[in-house]
Amino acid sequence: MASIKVHLEKCTGCTLCVKACPFGAIHMSEKKAVIDMALCTLCGSCVAACRFSAIEMEKAGGAKKDLSAYKDVWVFCEQKKGVVQSISYELLGEGRKLADKLGVKLAAVLLGEGLDAVAESLGERGADKVYYVGHPSLKAYQDEPYSEVLSRLVEEYKPEVLLCGATTIGRSLISRVAIKADAGLTADCTALDIDAKERLLLQTRPAFGGNIMATITAPNHRPQMATVRHKVMREAPVEKGRKTEVIKKDYPAEAYASRTKLLEMVEELGATVNLSEADIIVAGGRGMGGKEGFALLEDLAKVLGGAVGASRSAVDADWISYAHQVGQTGKTVVPKIYFACGISGQIQHLIGMQSSKIIVAVNKDPEAPIFKVATYGIVGDVNEVVPAITREFKRVLNK
Amino acid sequence: MNIIVCIKQVPNTTDVKIDPATNTLVRDGVESVINPFDAYAIEEAVRLKEKVGGKVTAVTMGPPQAEKALRDAIALGCDEGVLVSDRKFAGSDTWATSYTLSAAIEKIGDYGVIVCGKQASDGDTAQVGPGISAHLDIPQVTYVRKIREINEKTAVVERMTEEGFDVVETPLPCLFTVVKEINTPRMPSIKGMMRAKSAKISKWTAADIDADPAALGLDGSPTRVVKIFTPEPRKGGEMISGSAGDVAKELAELLKGEVV
Repeated sequence: MASIKVHLEKCTGCTLCVKACPFGAIHMSEKKAVIDMALCTLCGSCVAACRFSAIEMEKAGGAKKDLSAYKDVWVFCEQKKGVVQSISYELLGEGRKLADKLGVKLAAVLLGEGLDAVAESLGERGADKVYYVGHPSLKAYQDEPYSEVLSRLVEEYKPEVLLCGATTIGRSLISRVAIKADAGLTADCTALDIDAKERLLLQTRPAFGGNIMATITAPNHRPQMATVRHKVMREAPVEKGRKTEVIKKDYPAEAYASRTKLLEMVEELGATVNLSEADIIVAGGRGMGGKEGFALLEDLAKVLGGAVGASRSAVDADWISYAHQVGQTGKTVVPKIYFACGISGQIQHLIGMQSSKIIVAVNKDPEAPIFKVATYGIVGDVNEVVPAITREFKRVLNK
Repeated sequence: MNIIVCIKQVPNTTDVKIDPATNTLVRDGVESVINPFDAYAIEEAVRLKEKVGGKVTAVTMGPPQAEKALRDAIALGCDEGVLVSDRKFAGSDTWATSYTLSAAIEKIGDYGVIVCGKQASDGDTAQVGPGISAHLDIPQVTYVRKIREINEKTAVVERMTEEGFDVVETPLPCLFTVVKEINTPRMPSIKGMMRAKSAKISKWTAADIDADPAALGLDGSPTRVVKIFTPEPRKGGEMISGSAGDVAKELAELLKGEVV
């Protein structure tokens, strides 16, 4: 079994490992690091932090797999009603860079029905190849046929890297594929890079609500799989007329079998509430005072072409539905502009929005914690300030 | 029907603070709680039991002190608790965690529904629930916001999507991950708290769940953490003051390049 040990002769007593340990498992004894095995989770943070190679983590040996057969960077392209979702273009943009660094091809994977033309069009977004499987049971997302078909493609064509959006569909699908493929999977990456020498995908993601960033690799497993959040990567530009090679695959009937049955798909929200896709979010909290307050936010969101968000207390008070909730028990969002109106800025809310590019906070309490993270802070009454902002943008944007 | 609910003990994020000198997490005195998403899973499991009968078993993988999370779950209406705990599980990533939990669930056996929270608040991966169903080779429905109908053989549920919801019919056994919208968790009852104190918690090691040692803990985990760092904390920017009309004008000017 795996173990960790400190090479006392190399340990200088610098305490870097003590600071790096997220679990408080290391202390100094006679100027040497001592690991408390009751607390250690073998997370490897201290190994990465030590500048003197004094901490070593050992894994039980197993035959090293031959990884040389795996090549190319794949992007799973999510489609809804035949429309490729923007997250997939963001992944193709990032995938292009990774493929170039590895010196391999970029491939898109598209599952659906009757989408030959869509498959062809992915070339214009940088895909050198497109693996397309068309079948009625792939028309809309279903866990089993999607994960089975994608697993079969992976097994047959052996990608080195497989990227997928950290969406409702993406997270459900790719977790199943990772188990079937015996592959490493890192969730919600915010940065990706390549270690060209070792051919490793360096996957950086927030942990502990964004208080810590961790870089993760999967050295002995292929494909190296990661999901990426919305709006973190830049969309691949359109290169009109760029050709691609479409590889159409078909599998025996059992690959498309589904024990679950999709009875109905209901769109109740419309595009304006899709918080994860929105460039601008106008969010409100307890300080909005009620449903009337949220009507003010809707006015501003409409003028800016944004979506309306909410803190947990506003949702709990029934001023707006749960689909709008941002924060720990709601959605994590990364818009260009996040308006926090009448939101005090509890840590649970900040976790869900603090990566936004610009945060505008409006609150009557000058001591509200939200001002500590706001790019622009306005102390004032939301009932006056929000309508004034709406009027001003209406004027500026000629609406 | 036997219902299994998978829970995780996590640090209470309201307590998590950053040491300004070292820029690291202060964990001293941080209370451990049941993952907030799992509260909805527990409540839904208990409601299912109240509707169709049977019993609810709460399962967690973690250090010995995770036993407290199981007792809390019993106070909330679960009948039994299983703590899967062994040094051999240390260093587990989501692959190894879902494998370990699936092995424990197979040992429990004879279940109709497995309920998980949609993700844990410390890791936020949302990978373990689907991982368990993949290991067990049972159907899954993620992001469930409502169980419309359920009997011994099938269930019809609503699955939350970005645009609204899907209505999905599934045979049982099946795994659900649930979102907050599904219910409002109850408070622990006095009777429940009494029961929690005396309830017997089963404690299983790697040997007890008949797991492949190579698939456990760090050895069974494809991923490795190679670097941990603290991001530059976000700093407050400028304050804009003046009348509502003035601040609106200034803000519109500042955001000119961002709004089209």
